[in-house]
Amino acid sequence: MSRLFPHPVLAVSLIFMWLMLTRFSLGYLILGTVLSLVAGWAYSALHSARPRIRRWSTIPRLGVTLFLDIIRSNIATTRLLLTEGRNGRQSAFIQIPLTVTNANALAVLSIIVTATPGTAWVEYQTDTGILIVHIFDGAEAEHYHEVISNIYEPMLMEIFE
Amino acid sequence: MSPLDSIPLFLAIPVAFFVFLGATLTLIGALGFARLNSFYDRLHAPTLATSWGTASVMIASSLMFSFIDGRAIIHEFVIGACIILTTPVTLMMLGRAALMRDRAERSDALPEEMHIRPRPQDPPAQT
Repeated sequence: MSRLFPHPVLAVSLIFMWLMLTRFSLGYLILGTVLSLVAGWAYSALHSARPRIRRWSTIPRLGVTLFLDIIRSNIATTRLLLTEGRNGRQSAFIQIPLTVTNANALAVLSIIVTATPGTAWVEYQTDTGILIVHIFDGAEAEHYHEVISNIYEPMLMEIFE
Repeated sequence: MSPLDSIPLFLAIPVAFFVFLGATLTLIGALGFARLNSFYDRLHAPTLATSWGTASVMIASSLMFSFIDGRAIIHEFVIGACIILTTPVTLMMLGRAALMRDRAERSDALPEEMHIRPRPQDPPAQT
């Protein structure tokens, strides 16, 4: 079974995407399943290690937190951009030591940091575990430090480690 | 009669709201991109367009075409997922290239402590 479906989550989401983009019918279901099997084999030839998700129940909580954070920082960044030049905004670099080392968790963290306006992932060093993030509003440095290392990082470690 | 005429008011208002919100956020992002001075600041402005700018246009499109076709249409969210999953790749590449250049030039854009790459505190023992 695991030889046939090396990446079950990937396969199921590909089938779902295929059906959504075409039409829900038996023919498309079979074609989509074949395609996702081939994609799964191709992917496992590239990456033999399968991402292990330890705790599925944390994922919705992560999603909701991220969603609210994206709305909040969209508003904050829009306000700063519209008052640019009058608000004395100073951008800054912050360095956050991370304890999470799992490659998949880091990939998700990079998506989180990038998707949230106001923070940009600049560099992560595997040997020191230090993440450098550029933040648009330097006055919020404490806040972002707190959010990344006390909210997102524990959730990602729960999910992946 | 164009399909647009059949849209009732209760649907037209949220659709218009989301399209307007998305377009406005994208415009503000683009203006910010043009106005900001430093490279690192400029990384931030377009994220308005890639986060809620895209999301709200997607929501509007999904609402309207689901109503016109009479079935749930969520193709748009595939676009959104692809945008969210792929932006870190380009952003990271640009950010790291800029950082490497600024470190090599000892540029003023970087604070003092970032001019050298931090060393591992306890290097692994040589065996």
